Amino acid sequence: MRPPASLSLSPRWAPYVLISPFLVLFLVFGVGPLLFSLFLAFQTWEPTAGLQAMEYVGLGNFAFALQDEWFWKSLGNTGWLAVASGVPQHLVAIPLAVFIHTSFKHLRDGVIGAYFLPYITSTVAIAILFSSLFSTDYGLVNVGLGALFGGEPIDWLGAPENIKPAIAMIVFWRYVGFNVVLYLAALQTIPKDLYEAATMDGAGRLQQFFYITLPSLKPMIFFGVTLSVIGGLQLFEEPFILTGGRGGSDQAGMTTAIYLYRMAFDFNDFGAASAMSWLLFLVVALLTWLTNRAFAPRKGSA
Amino acid sequence: MVTRRAGLGHALAFAALGPALLGAGPARAQTVLTVAAYPAVDEIVRAAVPQWKKLQPTVEIKVVSRQFADHHTAMTTALSTSFYLPDVMAVEVGYVGRFAQGGGLEDLSREPYGIARFRSRFVPYAYDQATARGGAVIAAPADIGPGTLLYRADIVARAGITEAELTRSWDSYVAAGVRIKAATSAYLMPHARDMKDIVIRTGIQPGEGLYFDDQSRVLVTSPRFVRAFELARDVRRHKLDAKVSAWSNEWSEAFKRGTLVSQFSGAWLAGHLSNWLAPETAGRWRAAQLPDGAFAAYGGTFFAIPRGSPVANKSLAWQFIQLLTLQRDQQLAAFKSQDAFPALLETFDDPFFEQPLPFLGGQPARLLWRDAARRIAAVDVHKQDSFASEVIDTELDKVLDRGKDIAVALADAHRLLTKRARR
Repeated sequence: MRPPASLSLSPRWAPYVLISPFLVLFLVFGVGPLLFSLFLAFQTWEPTAGLQAMEYVGLGNFAFALQDEWFWKSLGNTGWLAVASGVPQHLVAIPLAVFIHTSFKHLRDGVIGAYFLPYITSTVAIAILFSSLFSTDYGLVNVGLGALFGGEPIDWLGAPENIKPAIAMIVFWRYVGFNVVLYLAALQTIPKDLYEAATMDGAGRLQQFFYITLPSLKPMIFFGVTLSVIGGLQLFEEPFILTGGRGGSDQAGMTTAIYLYRMAFDFNDFGAASAMSWLLFLVVALLTWLTNRAFAPRKGSA
Repeated sequence: MVTRRAGLGHALAFAALGPALLGAGPARAQTVLTVAAYPAVDEIVRAAVPQWKKLQPTVEIKVVSRQFADHHTAMTTALSTSFYLPDVMAVEVGYVGRFAQGGGLEDLSREPYGIARFRSRFVPYAYDQATARGGAVIAAPADIGPGTLLYRADIVARAGITEAELTRSWDSYVAAGVRIKAATSAYLMPHARDMKDIVIRTGIQPGEGLYFDDQSRVLVTSPRFVRAFELARDVRRHKLDAKVSAWSNEWSEAFKRGTLVSQFSGAWLAGHLSNWLAPETAGRWRAAQLPDGAFAAYGGTFFAIPRGSPVANKSLAWQFIQLLTLQRDQQLAAFKSQDAFPALLETFDDPFFEQPLPFLGGQPARLLWRDAARRIAAVDVHKQDSFASEVIDTELDKVLDRGKDIAVALADAHRLLTKRARR
């Protein structure tokens, strides 16, 4: 049975109709809030007074954000965490991927799965698990350290100097598997004959790694590092839950994302929070561009 | 301009009220009053429904219940967008000031509400807490949290300390803590921060808030803060605090094990201790007034009517709020079932106040709290209070953990808060 002609889609419109659910949702939940926050960044607003209570303040919110000590403090925290959790991810993931690629045959998928599991586990579950692992008196981490080295239990999530390393460890643990999968995929595209030729020429495994594997992985490293830069600068969930939503003692675990969330929902300053989120966006864009520059093929080289 | 809009709202309310009151006809859609609340308060609201049905048989009560923080986030969102506003909104005291600034709640001192004529029936400080600087009363007080000192009488006695020594002055309280620690190795309090939190709430002058005065001047370098920081540092130096935060696992564990001797809190904590925190310690606790003649409020619930909620329901909403807040029986029922200390003065002569509390070793502690309720003063709120409390906590941490000089710490806080004060 054919549907009546009036219901059939003309081929001209069909693609647009079919793609429209995504576009509508994206406009409503993606572009809409984005534009609203840009608008809000130039307003001062007491939210409980209703939407009509906004007042245009020009660049006032941006000026405030740039003079705000805590905004800079949060950017410092974010940078520290992005580096301390991001760099080791790749330094470990690349050799690990090579090791899995060359040493595992039957167990390969299982091993990859084990490393990938943290990535697909709910952040909340992970953060809750780690907060009990890091508990000062009853946590497994301190019990283990105490058994190995003795000494006083470490106040992981209470003392400001320990919060960042604890968070960085968790973020590292969580994303290293994701990067391993990225690099494994890239490793499979490197032609085997390159290694065979190198072996014939007498290159050892280490030389093969540095002169064949690493250069071939460069595009994927660029991709992986870009994701780490963006993800690291937007870090929110892990520190948020580990520090009870407050950023920890001396705000040591307060990333910019947490701070701007608190600015809006705890300190009731939606205008400044929106301005900060756009400033954070500028930082992300700038660093992504720099990453791009760093990995771009040099002019003149092959 | 606010006046005109409010006036219009009232005119509409009266116009709409006619049909609502006459609405016994079978064909009419039933009126539903939506009440948004958080745990315990939702139970109190539900328990009031049978009584409400006697007043308004055709008006249903729909309770929308959320967790405490979710409730207030949802109410903030509802107020900012005017969508999904309930007819009656429960508001905890910590949010009353914040919501008052937005002007999204009806001023109950205006007609047709006229809460001012009931003023003398409420606990004075609770009514003041609901009163904004301009004189608008944005909510009706339902329950209050008179502050008290709960302490383990058995452990204190073992150290040879009397209640008078605990409460005579702050110095005497800390000195008692030192002797208790030496004799029993139990901690005086959960966290040195608690000491700071109570001391900054004492001796507030008229026109002053906690951190800012009514001209948005920052007050954190005043003697009140210096004293609070010094006492907190004394507590930490003598290792009198367990370094645990309220509601953490370590905190409840310390109560169970008897390693925590005292706690400043609302009277309601006695109920929590008895019900689930440390029921096995029943009979060993006592309540006292806060040391140094301090009186402070710890929490409290209010009911408000959003300005943007359906006009037709506003009179009914006010009637329901009156049932919850001005009816002696309802207030007492909430007190008995949910430990919600009444904000209605005429309940204060009920024999229930004189009953001995088994958890407190038979002490009729409600009399103590009743006395405190009359003597607490409301503190003005400022829109940057929550940021200020974060800054002060941070500076105190630096003083306690890193030995930062108190004057420097408070000056740093002052500088940070001055930038915020007028935002």
